[in-house]
Amino acid sequence: MTDVKNLEDIFQAKIDAEQKIEPKDWMPDAYRKNLIRQISQHAHSEVVGMLPEGNWISRAPSLKRKAILLAKVQDEAGHGLYLYSAVETMGTSREQTIDDLLSGKAKYSSIFNYPTLTWADIGAVGWLVDGAAIMNQVMLCRTSYGPYARAMVRICKEESFHQRQGYEIMAVLAKGSPEQKEMAQDALNRWWWPSLMMFGPTDANSPHSAQSMKWKIKRQSNDELRQTFIDRTVQQAEVIGLTIPDPDLKWNEETKHYDWGTIDWTEFNNVVAGNGPCNKERLAARNKAHNEGAWVREAAVAYAAKKAKRKAA
Amino acid sequence: MSSENPNNWPLWEIFIQSKRGLDHKHVGSLHAADADMAIENARDVYTRRQEGNSIWVVKSEHIHASRPEDAESFYDPADDKVYRHPTFYTMPEGAKYI
Repeated sequence: MTDVKNLEDIFQAKIDAEQKIEPKDWMPDAYRKNLIRQISQHAHSEVVGMLPEGNWISRAPSLKRKAILLAKVQDEAGHGLYLYSAVETMGTSREQTIDDLLSGKAKYSSIFNYPTLTWADIGAVGWLVDGAAIMNQVMLCRTSYGPYARAMVRICKEESFHQRQGYEIMAVLAKGSPEQKEMAQDALNRWWWPSLMMFGPTDANSPHSAQSMKWKIKRQSNDELRQTFIDRTVQQAEVIGLTIPDPDLKWNEETKHYDWGTIDWTEFNNVVAGNGPCNKERLAARNKAHNEGAWVREAAVAYAAKKAKRKAA
Repeated sequence: MSSENPNNWPLWEIFIQSKRGLDHKHVGSLHAADADMAIENARDVYTRRQEGNSIWVVKSEHIHASRPEDAESFYDPADDKVYRHPTFYTMPEGAKYI
């Protein structure tokens, strides 16, 4: 026991000294488990996140928008891969991690259980959902686990166009016909609150947060990140003439932050529990893609074996 | 490729992480009889001035590389996709933090 205590002290001292933890370092079981859960959920979110946007690739309003959306969805696939690789450095198998998603055992960000009903939703997803994700991901570039931090640096760099393309879509629609502006406003109305939920429960109701902060997996609290996101996004909405759907939203001169209303946590808990509008659809789509892709995986292995045989001959 | 002469040590590619948190970077190669010796020799050759915190060694025969002479056609799919860069997008005047 003294040995483990000693190892834990060394581990925590490294973290306190702002040193990264690398795969071969000793780490507490709980740190490993916590990160496996968090990084794999993050990876799954990138992968499932392709579905709501993929819905509009074939119906994008122009070739330009279609090419952009394809490039964005392609990036999400790559981001999923970087994160799955980071999970593997903790000694888990890729297959198991993916099986956990397909069986419904693992979670992914609940935001992707909402539907993308109109083209403006693609704008709102880029602007708000990617905007919220970026807040979180910029923080994670400084997370204590080396491979996770390095994956996040690469992801943040690539993601820098995602939010801008979404905001540009919203800006163009907001300047368009009354119907187009209404469509943009409607998308904002539907995506605003779920985007705020992306930051997770309030600090008072987030039981794992304290430990994650001590281990410097997280470096800012859910509420801090959420507030910064609101402060920035309100100004962006004003610039393009859209209204944040929150009657309680008001600038507070004392705190220099916006005061705002209350999140419907019942809705949040419902969606997390699997009862959101698209939970079943998303999981079914992932399983379908995985099963229908089985022959591609088999063919690739058969082709590699054939090439190896030819080379040996 | 491994030689017929058992005394010909294989070639190893050496990767050094200069500081915790950074990527391992390729620094060069050396011959060694096995992985342990490769790591020790890499320490002596490449980290004499504390350049490293961690060493990876990979047998050179396990490195497969793209072909520089194919570079033009190999990478050209990325040539016409300027929209992958944030500067492609026009932001409304006055918008901050985006």
